[in-house]
Amino acid sequence: MGTIRVINVSERRRVLTFWERIYLLEVYRGLALTSRHFFVNLWRHTLRLVGIKSAPPGAATFQYPEVRRPQSPRLRTLHRLTKRPDGTPRCVACMMCETVCPAFCIKIVAEEVDDPSIEKRPKSFDIDIGRCVFCGFCVEACPEDAIRMDTGITEIGALSREGMILNMDTLLSLPPKTERGDKPVDFLQQQLVQ
Amino acid sequence: MSMGFEIGAVVGKTIFIIMFALSLGGLLTWVERKQSAVMQDRIGANRASILGLRIWGLFHIIADAVKMFTKEDFVPSTPHKFIHALAPVLSIFFALLTFAVIPFGNAITIAGHAIGLQVADVNVGILFIFAMMSVAVYGVVLAGWSSNNNYALLGGIRATAQMISYEITFGLTLVGVILIFQTLSLQEIVHAQGGLIFGFLPRWGVFLQPLGFLLFLTAAIAETKRIPFDIPEGESEIIGFFVEYSSMKFGMFMFADFIEQILVASMVTTFFFGGWQVPYLADSGFVFPWGTAWDLNTWVVECLRVVSFVVKVSFFCWLQMLIRWTLPRFRFDQLMNLGWKVLLPLSLVNALVTAVIVLWLGR
Repeated sequence: MGTIRVINVSERRRVLTFWERIYLLEVYRGLALTSRHFFVNLWRHTLRLVGIKSAPPGAATFQYPEVRRPQSPRLRTLHRLTKRPDGTPRCVACMMCETVCPAFCIKIVAEEVDDPSIEKRPKSFDIDIGRCVFCGFCVEACPEDAIRMDTGITEIGALSREGMILNMDTLLSLPPKTERGDKPVDFLQQQLVQ
Repeated sequence: MSMGFEIGAVVGKTIFIIMFALSLGGLLTWVERKQSAVMQDRIGANRASILGLRIWGLFHIIADAVKMFTKEDFVPSTPHKFIHALAPVLSIFFALLTFAVIPFGNAITIAGHAIGLQVADVNVGILFIFAMMSVAVYGVVLAGWSSNNNYALLGGIRATAQMISYEITFGLTLVGVILIFQTLSLQEIVHAQGGLIFGFLPRWGVFLQPLGFLLFLTAAIAETKRIPFDIPEGESEIIGFFVEYSSMKFGMFMFADFIEQILVASMVTTFFFGGWQVPYLADSGFVFPWGTAWDLNTWVVECLRVVSFVVKVSFFCWLQMLIRWTLPRFRFDQLMNLGWKVLLPLSLVNALVTAVIVLWLGR
């Protein structure tokens, strides 16, 4: 039988050396570190200010509304519904996504179609973005590749709870990130701010 | 010297030093944001613009002032409305008043009259500073007491404890300076720092009192109530003595902090870094230790000295910002231990050793 050793939290604490406990030397080291950052960054800012663009940036900041961080292609962003070549929604209203959704934010109303190879299609397809947790289970569950989360849209907001519910027309109209590029989406703003 | 001329000179000097303190204080609100940002690899506030012009966020000073003045001034239902309104005034008034004895230059001669560049050449200037620093605590304590709020009261009590602990060190370290320069007048202390020691080193207080300088800087930063000594404020635990203040009354407390910071920088400059003295600059011009001499006009010399004072004060403001954005804050017991068990004995030893050496050399 092995022995169980109980480690007291205070035992794990690193014992400070004499010079660390004096503190004055540590203060000096801390100040040296921060002032080095200060002068290096100031020098880089100055170089960039006088037009030397090859200088490394003085700050890690992205100037947000004008400059955006690069997104991973796998990033789960706002949903969109894909279309068939003839423009009708790919969705067959199988309710898989609605069933798997842990946040209960998808609401589908199905209707029949004459085409025997499709049988059903959504009459309405609403996603309540206000409840969505962006888990991506709906995309995983979809057997028809009808719903994707590749719009690259992360700025989602509305002035009311109702405004956060996106209907089928909006979801169908959203382009994927690869087509849209870095252009901001204005139509979404009009849709969401109600 | 005619009466009118004298009054004019005093008014002029007062306007200069007040404008210096207030404008540098306003600038420090911007420096605080920008310096911390540059130190932490950020950019800092840069969005305030006029007609698309941003000039590195300098308009944020104006934006802050506009915000402070236009916000609702909420007064709690306290029985001490007058004292509640008086506290921020006291805080900033005594901080500004102390600048009266700070010498920012030597002397200029206008129309045959010599004007000393110091608002009031009080011959007990150091005692005046002690008095003003002590009274300035009243602003904080009264704010805490009159707010009718437990957290504010705690903040006020903490401020009292901290000020009492650190003012002793503050005073005792200056005993060394007084012993060496044999005077209480600030202008004379600066004059006494004009010579050289060992033929090349400026005779500044920091070289004569290195330990005294460190202790004084620590105690003085503690007097400004900023991190790492922000026990009265304690943003992360109690909001402190100004929890019940809003609008420009709060702004005045904040501004008083910056003014005190400039005051500390001025005092460190005056006591330990030769005040307005420029190294090797005599009244006639530069005289270097290796024998070279450049003759300069009197006006150039005096202007250089005022500039030297401003540069030194700016440097120490920068240093205090650096300290404020580098060191973690002390806990209350650590603060008391540092004040009573470390700084006080060291400052006593410093005063004793200085006294013995001065006595020994003077014999």
